[in-house]
Amino acid sequence: MSRITKRFEKLKADKRAGLVIYISAGDPNAEVSYDILKGLPAAGADLIELGMPFTDPMADGPSIQVAGQRALKAGMTVDGTFDMVRRFRKETGDNDTPILLMGYYNLVYQRGVERFCKEAAAAGVDGFILVDLPPEEADELKPHAEAHGLDTVLLTAPTTDDKRLPAVLKYSAGFVYFVSVLGITGTKSATEEAVATHVARIKRHTKLPVGVGFGIRTPEQAAAVARHADAAVVGTAIVDRVKAGLDADGKPKPGLTAGVLADVKALAGGVRSVSKA
Amino acid sequence: MPTSTNSFRTGPDERGHFGLFGGRYVAETLMPLILDLEKAYNEAKADPQFQGELNYLLAQYAGRPSPLYYAERLTKHLGGAKIYFKRDELNHTGSHKINNVLGQVLLAKRMGKTRVIAETGAGQHGVATATACALFDIPCVVFMGSVDVERQAPNVFRMKMLGAEVRPVTSGSSTLKDAMNEALRDWVATCETTFYCIGTVAGPHPYPSMVRDFQCVIGNEVRTQIMEMEGRLPDTLVACIGGGSNAMGLFHPFLDDKGVRIVGVEAGGKGVETGEHAASLTGGRPGVLHGNRTYLLQDKEGQITEAHSISAGLDYPGIGPEHSWLKEQGRVEYVSATDNEALTAFQLLCKLEGIIPALEPAHALAHVTKLAPTLPKDNLLVINLCGRGDKDVFAVAERLGMKV
Repeated sequence: MSRITKRFEKLKADKRAGLVIYISAGDPNAEVSYDILKGLPAAGADLIELGMPFTDPMADGPSIQVAGQRALKAGMTVDGTFDMVRRFRKETGDNDTPILLMGYYNLVYQRGVERFCKEAAAAGVDGFILVDLPPEEADELKPHAEAHGLDTVLLTAPTTDDKRLPAVLKYSAGFVYFVSVLGITGTKSATEEAVATHVARIKRHTKLPVGVGFGIRTPEQAAAVARHADAAVVGTAIVDRVKAGLDADGKPKPGLTAGVLADVKALAGGVRSVSKA
Repeated sequence: MPTSTNSFRTGPDERGHFGLFGGRYVAETLMPLILDLEKAYNEAKADPQFQGELNYLLAQYAGRPSPLYYAERLTKHLGGAKIYFKRDELNHTGSHKINNVLGQVLLAKRMGKTRVIAETGAGQHGVATATACALFDIPCVVFMGSVDVERQAPNVFRMKMLGAEVRPVTSGSSTLKDAMNEALRDWVATCETTFYCIGTVAGPHPYPSMVRDFQCVIGNEVRTQIMEMEGRLPDTLVACIGGGSNAMGLFHPFLDDKGVRIVGVEAGGKGVETGEHAASLTGGRPGVLHGNRTYLLQDKEGQITEAHSISAGLDYPGIGPEHSWLKEQGRVEYVSATDNEALTAFQLLCKLEGIIPALEPAHALAHVTKLAPTLPKDNLLVINLCGRGDKDVFAVAERLGMKV
C-alpha cells in the first residue's frame, strides 16, 4: 500500500479531511525551501506537493509562475528537487507523509520517463501530478510509475463530465485531484455548493479519495472544502506568503519560514475543525 | 500513421500523433473542449456549406488566389533556378495568416462561441484575427509579448483600429512563447465561451492538422498555377519556418511528389553556433510544450530557452509537430538563415523586384540566394512570399542605422 493510500486511510480513521500543501521546490532558495518542507508535517500538512519549477507553467497564475522563476534563478534543478526529498526522509525520519512532485511533463520526458520514475522513487517521492499529461497521453508514464510504486494523480475539472470521468480514473492512483474552478491557479474560488456537487459526482465513479484545489486561501475556505472532500489543497496562498517574507532585493527576511508554517497551522486548524464522523 | 509508406500526407493518427510528435499535452480543463473542437472541425470539413462559405471569403474578401509571379530580375541576378514567388503577401491583411483565421473564425461562429483569443508574434496573425473578428462582430483579445508590442508597433495599432484588445505579456521572455502561455491561461478560464484561434501548425491536436488544412490553399493553388504556366510541377519549394504554417501550406500538397525537393528555412538569429537563434530543428531536440511534442530549444533539464530572431514572427523556441516528423522522415530539408542574411535579402528584393517582403520570408529568400545559383536554369523554384514588409520598415531602418 502506498504512503498516499495509507495516509488517506489514517485520515478516514481519524474522521477528518487532510490538508495538502504545495510549495515550489527551491523558492526562494534551496535552504529556506528545505526548512519550510521540513516543518510542514508538524504544522499540519498531511500531504505535500513539491512543485518542480518550469520556465513555462501554462496552468499557473502569476504567484506560482514567479515562485518558479525565483527558484530557477536560485539554481533549483530536478536533481536538487530529488535531493530535498531525500534529505527530508533521512533527516526528519518521516516515512509517512506523502510527497508528490507537481509540474509539467517536459522535465520528466527529458530525463527519460523510466529513469525519472526510478530516481524519484529512490529519493522518497510517492507520486506525480503532471498538469499537462491528461489521460490521452498518460500511458507514457503510467507503466513506469507503477513499476516504481509511484501514484499518478490525474486532474479532473468542472469540464470533465460523467462520460469522460472513467477515462481519467483509469489512470488515477492515490487520490483524484479535482480542480474546482475553470482557470489557472490562485485566481478564483469555487462556491461550497459547487464543490459539494462535483465531489459527490466524482465519488459516484470511484472509491479513490478526492482532493480539491485551486482558490483555497483561508482556514474558512479550507474547512468548507473539508466538509465535502477528503482533502483540501492550498498552493498559491502559501507561495504568496513566501513572497511576503522577502525583502526588496528578494532576500529572505528573518521569520519567513515561521510565518509560512504559521499560515499552514491556521489552515490545518480549519480543516481539522470539521468532523467527518 | 504509416511509418514506412507510400504517403506522407495521411497524418496525424486518431490521437493527433505524427509518429513521435504532436499529441494533446494540455490541462484536463481544456481536454473536453479540445475534443469538442476536433469533432466540430471534422463536421465542418465535411460540410459543403462551410467549405463554400470559406471559399467565398477567401476569394472575395481575402483576394485569393494569390498570383504566382515569375521573378525574372531575381532569376537573372542569381543566374540559376527559375524563381517564382507565391504572392501570399498580397492577401488582405498582408500575409498568409488570413487563410487560417477565416477558417477558424467561421468555425468559432459555427460552434456558437462568443469570444475569440489569439497569440501573436509579429502581429500578422493578430491583425488577421482582429480583422476576421471585426467582420463577424465577435469580441477579440490578442496576447502579444511586450517586446513584440514594441518592435511591431504598426501592427499593434492596426489591431486596435480593428476593435481588438491587445494584451501585452510581460512574463518569461515577453515574446511569442509567452504570449501563447498567456492565451492558454486565458482559455482555461474561459473555454466554455471562448474560441482559441492558434496562428500556426502547433498546439494540441487538432490544431496542427486543422491549421495545415486551412493553409493548404497555398500549395494547392501553386499546383494549378504552375501547371498552367509551365505545364509541369515545380522542382524546388522553399519557405521560412517559425511555427511553420506558411511552409506547411505550401509543402503539404507536394509531399507525395517525389521529384519535388522541399526546403524549410528556420531563423538562424546571430548564427546557430552562437546559441542565439530560433532554429528548433537544427539546434533543438524533442520535448513537450504548448500541447504538443516537437523539437524545442531547451536546456539539459528541459527548461525552455529563449529564441532569438530579428523577425518577431520566427522568434519561437518550437515548431509544428508535423515538421518535426517530416525532418525525421527525411522528406523535407531544414536549413537556417541568419538575421544578417535575411536583412541583405530583404534589401535585394526591394531593389530588384520592387517588393518589400516581411522579414520572415526574407529568411527563405536568403537561402534562395545561396541555393538558386547552384541549380540548373530549368529548375522551377517556388518560394512562398508569405508576408509583406510594411510592418518591418521601422525595425529594418533602425538596424541599418537610418531614421524614418
